[in-house]
Amino acid sequence: MYVAVKGGEAAIANAHQLLADRRRGDRSLPAISIDQIVAQLGLAVDRVMAEASLYDRELAALAVRQARGDMIEAIFILRAYRTTLPRFGMSVPVDTASMKIERRISATYKDLPGGQLLGPTFDYTHRLLDPSLLTDEPVAEPLRRTADESSMMRVSDILAGEGLIEGDGQMPEDHVPGDLTREPLEFPLSRDLRLQALARGDEGFLLALAYSTQRGYARTHPFVGEVRIGEVEVELDIPELGFAVSLGPVQVTECQMVNQFQGSAKNPPQFTRGYGLVFGQSERKAMAMSLVDRALRAEEFGEDIVAPAQDEEFVISHSDNVQATGFVEHLKLPHYVDFQAELDLVRRMRAEYDARNGVEKSDPIRDAAE
Amino acid sequence: MDAIKENTGTAVSERKRAMGLLARASTEELQAGWLAIEPKPEVHPVRGPETGLVMVRGRVGGGGDPFNLGEATVSRATVRLGSGEIGHGQLLGNDREKARLAAIFDALYQRPEHRFTVDKLIDQVEGRIDAEDRKHAEQTAATRVDFFTMVRGDN
Repeated sequence: MYVAVKGGEAAIANAHQLLADRRRGDRSLPAISIDQIVAQLGLAVDRVMAEASLYDRELAALAVRQARGDMIEAIFILRAYRTTLPRFGMSVPVDTASMKIERRISATYKDLPGGQLLGPTFDYTHRLLDPSLLTDEPVAEPLRRTADESSMMRVSDILAGEGLIEGDGQMPEDHVPGDLTREPLEFPLSRDLRLQALARGDEGFLLALAYSTQRGYARTHPFVGEVRIGEVEVELDIPELGFAVSLGPVQVTECQMVNQFQGSAKNPPQFTRGYGLVFGQSERKAMAMSLVDRALRAEEFGEDIVAPAQDEEFVISHSDNVQATGFVEHLKLPHYVDFQAELDLVRRMRAEYDARNGVEKSDPIRDAAE
Repeated sequence: MDAIKENTGTAVSERKRAMGLLARASTEELQAGWLAIEPKPEVHPVRGPETGLVMVRGRVGGGGDPFNLGEATVSRATVRLGSGEIGHGQLLGNDREKARLAAIFDALYQRPEHRFTVDKLIDQVEGRIDAEDRKHAEQTAATRVDFFTMVRGDN
């Protein structure tokens, strides 16, 4: 029997108060400030910005604090906030060739113009816990060296000079860039929409898919042509003025993955490419994105679609961790009525089964939900 | 005459540079600049200040056709001076007061008697940003790999 049930307001209010208490933790410790999160947990902030698809360090840090460091919860909060804001327009596409470089490496060319710049990397650290960070020991100023003023040529342009690599991605003429925040996705997607979805996709999910391609589930023979991290200017057209002005810089990570390609009836043998571009400093994500981008181009190159990473609908439909967590976590919300219906059904089927098999009916334990 | 000047490339590139630097000015820099303006002009709000979003676009493959990367918060304001000039301020982030001040300076930039003060402010901002950029570039340059070749015998 269906009985309408109300209640829980007091419990919910008290639970939220308890959450606020546990979030603050031990009052004898100083509270962590937003500035501290931005400055000292910067890569957590970057991940929240990238996957919330909203560049704002301060708000992302607030979300991290509010979520007690739960990244997906923080991403959810920031994603929800963005829906409350009006959209002023679209930026002029950022120019990653003129990036102010903080890190730039290539695994394909040792001596490339501009050089290999390691920047602030975890690479080559020994991944040993550092006891000096248990206390607040002074940190030395970084060393300086005269900077090379020459521009950092893209690795893809070096290969393009020989004609051995496909060009940057061109969409059909008159193609308007798709925007998944405005229109529901319809498969198959154009590459620009896939890139938008991947740029906000869950790092763990994309990392696992990228890894699967390396292990043989859609082989793409990848080389890191280049990873670069740094600031690019965001420019916006001001209609009243008739020209674009800079709104300031955003930090992005870009990965150009270079992949072998045998050639086909239409295309000569050449290298193909996967592309990754992510808000903030997030090399793992940009690399995973570029591998998955290339795997999802299978049909374009006439490759057999045999692996999960090549299945566009599978990948893109499950890459958004806000959607994923919403659907998985909703299972914990009250399903009393649905369950009651199933329970009745199973009881009836069981009674029929027992009657058919001549089993004596035992005393049922009364259901707690009744 | 003013209309002609408005349309010349130099005027556009100067204002574009000024607006770009005003977008990156700190609150302290903008407030100090405002203190230096005497007498204070009459300022009327036209739009905002308000915070919204701009969809940041990238290019497929780095240089190909545009795609939507993700949004950024942007604050903007438009003001009109008592003398009629319209100023626009727009910058990344949530700071609406900064956007309002940037709009005022953009308007003042169009008045010859304030040009010097505004130039001083934007030159100062530019100097600070250049110094920060140089410092970062030099710190990055110190992490450049210098390869050397091992000689493995001569025959």
